[in-house]
Amino acid sequence: MDKMPKWADVVLTPLISLFLAFAISGLVILAIGESPWEALKTMVTGALGSSYGWGFTLYYATNFIFTGLAVAVAYHAAMFNIGGEGQAGLGGLGVAMVCLFIPWPHWSLALIAAMIGSALFGAAWAYIPAILQAKRGSHIVITTIMFNFIAAALLNWALVNWLRPIGSMDPASANFPASTHLPKITDMFAGFGIEWGKHTPANITFFVALLACLAVWLLIWRTRLGYEIRAFGKSESAARYAGISPTRITVIAMLISGGLAGMMAINNVMGEGERLILNNVEGAGFIGIAVALMGRNHPIGVLLAALLFGFLYQGGGELALWTSIPRELIIVIQALVILFTGALDNMVRMPLEAFFLSRRRRGTAERS
Amino acid sequence: MTLLKSVLASATAVGLLVGAAHAEPALIFDLGGKFDKSFNEAAYHGAEKWKEETGGSYKELEMQSEAQREQALRRLAETGANPIVMTGFAFGEVLNKVAPDYPETKFVIIDMVVEQPNVQSNVFNEGEGSYLAGIMAAQASTSGTVGFIGGMDIPLIHKFECGYRQGFLAAKPDGKVIINYTGTTPAAWNDPVKGGELAKAQKAQGADVIYAAAGGTGIGVLQAAADEGVLSIGVDSNQNHLHPGKVLTSVVKRVDSAVYDAFTAGDAVEPGIKVWDVKSDGVIVAMDENNAPLVTPEMTAAVDEAKAKIASGEIVVHDYMTDNTCPAD
Repeated sequence: MDKMPKWADVVLTPLISLFLAFAISGLVILAIGESPWEALKTMVTGALGSSYGWGFTLYYATNFIFTGLAVAVAYHAAMFNIGGEGQAGLGGLGVAMVCLFIPWPHWSLALIAAMIGSALFGAAWAYIPAILQAKRGSHIVITTIMFNFIAAALLNWALVNWLRPIGSMDPASANFPASTHLPKITDMFAGFGIEWGKHTPANITFFVALLACLAVWLLIWRTRLGYEIRAFGKSESAARYAGISPTRITVIAMLISGGLAGMMAINNVMGEGERLILNNVEGAGFIGIAVALMGRNHPIGVLLAALLFGFLYQGGGELALWTSIPRELIIVIQALVILFTGALDNMVRMPLEAFFLSRRRRGTAERS
Repeated sequence: MTLLKSVLASATAVGLLVGAAHAEPALIFDLGGKFDKSFNEAAYHGAEKWKEETGGSYKELEMQSEAQREQALRRLAETGANPIVMTGFAFGEVLNKVAPDYPETKFVIIDMVVEQPNVQSNVFNEGEGSYLAGIMAAQASTSGTVGFIGGMDIPLIHKFECGYRQGFLAAKPDGKVIINYTGTTPAAWNDPVKGGELAKAQKAQGADVIYAAAGGTGIGVLQAAADEGVLSIGVDSNQNHLHPGKVLTSVVKRVDSAVYDAFTAGDAVEPGIKVWDVKSDGVIVAMDENNAPLVTPEMTAAVDEAKAKIASGEIVVHDYMTDNTCPAD
């Protein structure tokens, strides 16, 4: 029997955690002599107060949806993929190769090719840890995190020695040709006659991310493969008894996970940067872990958590740019949110459960 | 007395008016942050020097993520800041896009060339400064082997390495340079422990002068070199004082001067490329009381000679960036 109603589990717990995180952040801001109210106002208006702010919030959220889904899919197979950072980085390499070496007549074709390219590269990067886990039992947490460093080294090598135009100081690829530039949200809304703040990085990839959410939901809950992944994740021995091959599921789940992480590159490399730079993932791979945990590994949860972190990123950026609150403090606020919604989840959940349990007991006692 | 007062008052009023007419300059620090003990911090010192001397104020921003660059530039330009100074090559692409939209605003970029009519590009010839350091290392080394420790393995640092090797080999053709890079992620700029380990490893291979072009990692290199009794060479800002008598010299990029000059010029900043090299004293090898006991008269003579030859064009220090190769290979 459930200890508390579903809505309390899914909505109330994260909201209270969030509130606690913001309350403590407020105290920290107060302690350094700034006004928490002003800070909150800057964050909210900067991230959500204008279509301009939304343009950034959605851009960051798109990154986090992909990496969050990546972690969630692996998690359903009881694997902790913390290699999203490296997989997304390699995905960027895939996107760069698609955009730089093939002349595309139209962005739509380039987008489809880039989706395939980034997913292939991301999946390939996840394949090696997956096969090591499945065949050799090398723990996926260790191997994926090590692969992040190898990916960084590989990317660095590719950019410095291969993709960088001669004479350029910047370890970055050449600019992608104009025919691969994705439509920005500004352009798309202008097509419908709606004005959207100019020069924001949000682009069509956001809608690809929404499709990815739907696809993951269909995969996990509506297909045979998804059932096998979940069964394997719940109990490996039971899954084995039912004839599910652990090697196959481990590898497939990690390939999907890596592919999703890799697809983040369409947003940041193709959509925003329009060239491949060294520091393109910027920690989104790790934020994906927090997003998946907070979103309870459900695509809708991931979407909402990604929006929250998009808000934190953009709002935090505004705070650092336009107030005297040091940027290190923004990281403290983000960390508090992760701490409360992820690590200290039970701190809120247990009293809530006790509260609902006592209410239910009282309810049954009155009835009897 | 009253006359004097009113004259003073009106002078102040005029001063204020002039001040109001001048837009506030702005300085944007790159992802490394304001206090990176190196590049961004040098820019900060330049701005602070200007502030102290003129009593003016300036806006400053620290980047948080790549996507913010364009946002920061546009918003600063829209608030009327002029000139807008930014540190680091990573701004190059974005500035190229943004500058044409604000023709009235002057932009100043450091370490990168952006060809726009309202942009001043400040580039430093780190290779030449490193060449001088190489000459000093050749004089100071008794083993004939010296070391180079780079931060992140990127072209910019190869430029330092290449100049250093050319200078050293010009003075000691049969000498040997051991080269190590700290890493391939941005973390390589701030890993003093690994820097120290690399310095010890280089010492074990016979190096007795070690040049660190590695940002915060260099602090560990200088420390380990001082502990192990070998000499080190600092970078970007003058680091001679960190271990007096143990740091042979520092290759200093006058980023502070670049920022100071830009702020002083205000909105009259001259667009175009501004090269800071040995000839213009834009890159120097630091000589002060901390390294005076280490610098022999022959060393000074050799450095002065090389400086004069570089200035006259007799010595051409090959720039790694032009073709991604180094003649010292």
